[in-house]
Amino acid sequence: MTDLIVCEDLWKIYRVGDVEVQALRGVHVTIRRGEFIAILGASGSGKSTLMYILGCLDKPTRGVYRLDGRDVSSAGPNELADIRNQQIGFVFQSFNLIPRTSALENAQLPLFYRGLSLRDQRARAAAALARVGLAGREHHTPTQLSGGQQQRVAIARALVSEPSIVLADEPTGNLDTESSREIMGILNDLNRRDGMTVIVVTHETDIAAYASRQLTVKDGEIVSDRATADASSHPALLS
Amino acid sequence: MFAFLALTLTTALRILARNRMRAGLTMLGIIIGVGAVIAMVGIGQGARDAIHAQIASMGTNVIIILPGATTVGGVRGGQGGAMTLTVADALDLKKRVPLLIDTGWAKRDVMQIVYGNKNWNGPVNGISPSYLTIRDWGFSSGGAFTQVEMDTAARVALVGQTVVENLFDPGEEPTGATIRIKNVPFKVVGVLAPKGQSAGGSDQDDVIFIPFTTAERKVLGTSFLGAVGALFASTASPDDLPEAVEHIRDVLRSRHRLQADQPDDFTIRTQVDIGKVQEGITATITNMLFAVASISLLVGGIGIMNILLVSVTERTREIGVRMAVGAKRWHIIMQFLIEAMTLSLCGGMVGILIGVTASKLTTSLAGWPTVISFQAIALAFLFSLAIGLFFGLYPANKASQLNPIEALRYE
Repeated sequence: MTDLIVCEDLWKIYRVGDVEVQALRGVHVTIRRGEFIAILGASGSGKSTLMYILGCLDKPTRGVYRLDGRDVSSAGPNELADIRNQQIGFVFQSFNLIPRTSALENAQLPLFYRGLSLRDQRARAAAALARVGLAGREHHTPTQLSGGQQQRVAIARALVSEPSIVLADEPTGNLDTESSREIMGILNDLNRRDGMTVIVVTHETDIAAYASRQLTVKDGEIVSDRATADASSHPALLS
Repeated sequence: MFAFLALTLTTALRILARNRMRAGLTMLGIIIGVGAVIAMVGIGQGARDAIHAQIASMGTNVIIILPGATTVGGVRGGQGGAMTLTVADALDLKKRVPLLIDTGWAKRDVMQIVYGNKNWNGPVNGISPSYLTIRDWGFSSGGAFTQVEMDTAARVALVGQTVVENLFDPGEEPTGATIRIKNVPFKVVGVLAPKGQSAGGSDQDDVIFIPFTTAERKVLGTSFLGAVGALFASTASPDDLPEAVEHIRDVLRSRHRLQADQPDDFTIRTQVDIGKVQEGITATITNMLFAVASISLLVGGIGIMNILLVSVTERTREIGVRMAVGAKRWHIIMQFLIEAMTLSLCGGMVGILIGVTASKLTTSLAGWPTVISFQAIALAFLFSLAIGLFFGLYPANKASQLNPIEALRYE
């Protein structure tokens, strides 16, 4: 497996008034293509900041971030937008679907900014929805879908652009246990069957248990990096 | 690119359709502004065209010379009271002013005209042979006086449409009938084509023409032969009028032996003078209403900006998501600009509809002539587009500068 993400001495420093906040303090990490990573940490630990930098929504103050061999730390806003569009699929805690817009159109969104023909956009979005088990619900709007179904639309939106990484920020935070299991099952499946690199940011250890490798962030540093038992033996997946 | 624009437009339309009430209220300013512009320009142009038509009906290249006021022992009579102009003046002007194509003369008085058991009081004009040519007056039946009729002071008459309506039964042919003017029998030899209202507002069709010689000797009477009520002259083009007017003044002053310190004993008028005053009034009104409409358009634009700013705030998270999945700054700018322009264009189109309807209603209810000008419609269309663009720019730019992380977290 090749190195997909290489972070060398990442620092992120905010200024809030006169106070300097060091959100990241020298993060070193390498993630290979096809890994299933969980980033664990309490709120305020810096895990969100790390996720935003990995997702190319934010840039580090210092240090180097190489994504797929390319130094992203020096990219401009339009380049970052292109990288997000092609390499990264986001899944958020609160789904963040566009309201009153059909599942199909929500799933289409990344392709919309890629300038594909409308027909291609629709075909690929429909395929992505089918992949997450929502075939036949293309024309439902978010309010007509359950929380779990909405999150599945969000996953379809994340994978429609065939990204290198699916980046999920507390994907089960707003879901009940049953839906959480479904969502984690889909993410696990994307990793196993399609070889997609999946990074899940969470503070729940049972969610982190799906991953094959757990990174724990505390006070802006990675304090633990360990491989877990084979995720396929996770009790939730066996049932 | 095309797919992006098409989809953005569809999205914009859907958002507007969803908030119909809000969109309608937002568009109201534009609707009223554009509607007012279209209606005002329509009414203004209609009025101007009507004035032009009136001037044209009088003849755009016609000069009218009226006798001056009399002064008897310090008491001045009204204009035209004096008999200072003569047939000889007219003939001499034609010879000495090369710019004049023709000159004519006339005198008039209101008299009772009788036909059968009906009567009518109308202005009877004794006219020179050239008068009808100068005034460019046609016939709906019959024809002009012959030279013989002119020379022999024949008792023949031409009647205008208003006179025909008042003396003859509908469908009755006036040509060949005998009418009586001041108890003198006249044979009607022609009916004049209608000319409508003059620039001064009088009915030009309420008229009877008889040969000048006949008028002078048999009907109107005169203090001396050759005294006329007015002289008429025509030039080849309206552009020649100012020069011709000056020349006429010189010739008449020398013929009337006026000293340098004496005022003219005549007045020279052209249709251009009359038209200018009326056109000036119309232009002032049109400009004023245009200013009011512009303010309304401006207010409409601010309304659009306001609602878009609200929309940007409401949709902060959506903007964040769009940025997260790869929207660039210009994508976000385009999205809101297209929304703004859709709003202002829809408003503009409704405004055009209302303006056209208002113009038509003005014509049918108040009887004012209006002209639906395609230039005004095109201008209103472009103007509303420009308003959308201008007032959409600020909210669109604001949206595009949101920080995606903060936008995604926005509650």
